[in-house]
Amino acid sequence: MTEPTTVVSVSGVTKTFPRGNVTALQDINLDLGAGEFISLIGPSGCGKSTLLRVIGDLVEPTSGSVTINGKSAHQARTDRDYGIVFQDAVLFDWRTVSKNIELPLEMLGWDRPKRRTRVAEMLALVELTGFGDHHPWQLSGGMQQRVSIARALAFEPALLLMDEPFGALDEMTRERLNLELLSIWQQLQSTVVFVTHSISEAVFLSTRVVVMSPRPGRIAGIVDIDLPGPRSVETREDPRFFELVTEVRELLRMRGEHLLPEEEAAVAGEDA
Amino acid sequence: MSASALTLRSTKALREWAPALVVAIAVIGGWQGAIAAFDIQQFLLPKPSNIAAALWDDRGTLWPAGWYTFKEALGGFALGSCLGVLFALIVARFERVGAALMPIAIAGNAVPIIAFAPIFNAWFDPLEPTSKMAIAGVLCFFPVLVNTLRGLQSVRPQQIELMRAYAAGEIAIYRRVRIPTALPYIFTSLKIASVLAMIGAVVGEYFGGSFDALGVLIRSDAQILDFVTAWAGIVVASVLGITLYLAVAIAERIFVRWAPGGRDV
Ligand SMILES: Nc1ncnc2c1ncn2[C@@H]1O[C@H](COP(=O)(O)OP(=O)(O)OP(=O)(O)O)[C@@H](O)[C@H]1O
Ligand SMILES: [Mg+2]
Repeated sequence: MTEPTTVVSVSGVTKTFPRGNVTALQDINLDLGAGEFISLIGPSGCGKSTLLRVIGDLVEPTSGSVTINGKSAHQARTDRDYGIVFQDAVLFDWRTVSKNIELPLEMLGWDRPKRRTRVAEMLALVELTGFGDHHPWQLSGGMQQRVSIARALAFEPALLLMDEPFGALDEMTRERLNLELLSIWQQLQSTVVFVTHSISEAVFLSTRVVVMSPRPGRIAGIVDIDLPGPRSVETREDPRFFELVTEVRELLRMRGEHLLPEEEAAVAGEDA
Repeated sequence: MSASALTLRSTKALREWAPALVVAIAVIGGWQGAIAAFDIQQFLLPKPSNIAAALWDDRGTLWPAGWYTFKEALGGFALGSCLGVLFALIVARFERVGAALMPIAIAGNAVPIIAFAPIFNAWFDPLEPTSKMAIAGVLCFFPVLVNTLRGLQSVRPQQIELMRAYAAGEIAIYRRVRIPTALPYIFTSLKIASVLAMIGAVVGEYFGGSFDALGVLIRSDAQILDFVTAWAGIVVASVLGITLYLAVAIAERIFVRWAPGGRDV
């Protein structure tokens, strides 16, 4: 196997918020190869959103650094190298659904007909055809979240940062969009960082699952997902799928208790 | 828009306005009746019918005078509001300037500026419209400044974060996020300003002004105890003030069409 080129490289990132003196992230090291699909999972408040923001250059790390495609995170942001879906939909009330999806395309200077065509495609993808002229406040929470997913995907970024994008959706839509996301990922050969609270979703989607532990936020372990691709409905019935789900769950549970450093080393050894 | 939709809209408008209309008619009717019943003196409160008659008889002087004053109010409104918005944009952009100026602006907003009317008449030629425009303008300036600034600052941080993720610069953030967010606040303050502008112009004229002006007319009629004509002048001032207010409200409907305020689109 050839070594894949590193797309995102997080090295020694620590983030302390002065207000409340919270150490949201402590010494995070993580490399993402091109075309990887990484899930971040961990209890609430363990720094998943913060890590995503650090990667996106929306939050300055206290120490450590992030490079994206060999550039600084700042340069990558300026070059519009990534698309982002926030935990909340973050839509603009004064724009219609279509106009919200168009926003990044406007910023990239696409002409109107091209924007229109793309918006129609994206609306179809998230099953919101016919809602293009609605305003965000006329939609349900789940529909709003789908608009923000459509917006992030609209310009086909090579790197996608997604913070619990499917959290507000019903199970059926969620599973369908999981499959859609996978097919987009395969088609675009993009790299994805995906935050979720669902173990099975993480295992189903990812090439690697990063388990985080809280206070301070650290990487507790990384589980390689060796399920055969392309994933499909059957994947969820694969015995290996259940083994991996259990493995992630164990890792999460273990981190609920306090471990001594030696034990931590032992667990890390098991993973390797 | 189809004809039926138009009818639907006008029926709806009628239903919305009907209660207000009924109340207005009842008040005027009650007023007319009360004067007859309690034998109230003409100089205390004239009959609506007499005011209406004066309004008709003196239409040749009242309305041109009203128009003269309205133009002063409009000039002051435009000047004061534009400067208010402009100042707010500058203050919001440069935080240090904002920190220094904001307490002063808030204090200025609380000062009864109308009390300065005689002074403005001394600063500018009281017979020229500029002196009244200045009062109206200063009256409009502070509420527009304070509200616009509040609007510009009430942007959700996540929206700014999203724009930054798309590498948006300050100008793009202003154009696409801050100004649209501030727009409802701006219109609220413009509605307040439209009322203040007319007050400023008329009261400014009470302290002296051209004989073409409505405020001067109302005052001199009151001085010679011609209260019916004074009342007719007040009606003209009210009609013009309400017109300005409605114009702003209509502009608001056009520019803030998207607002979620319960309006069915
Ligand atoms: N802007 C901020 N200022 C101060 N503290 C913050 C800020 N943002 C996050 N934190 C703190 O950092 C820690 C991690 O927050 P973060 O939002 O990254 O958690 P999370 O893993 O995304 O949680 P959840 O699963 O609930 O979304 C929390 O303790 C939080 O209080
Ligand atoms: Mg989060």
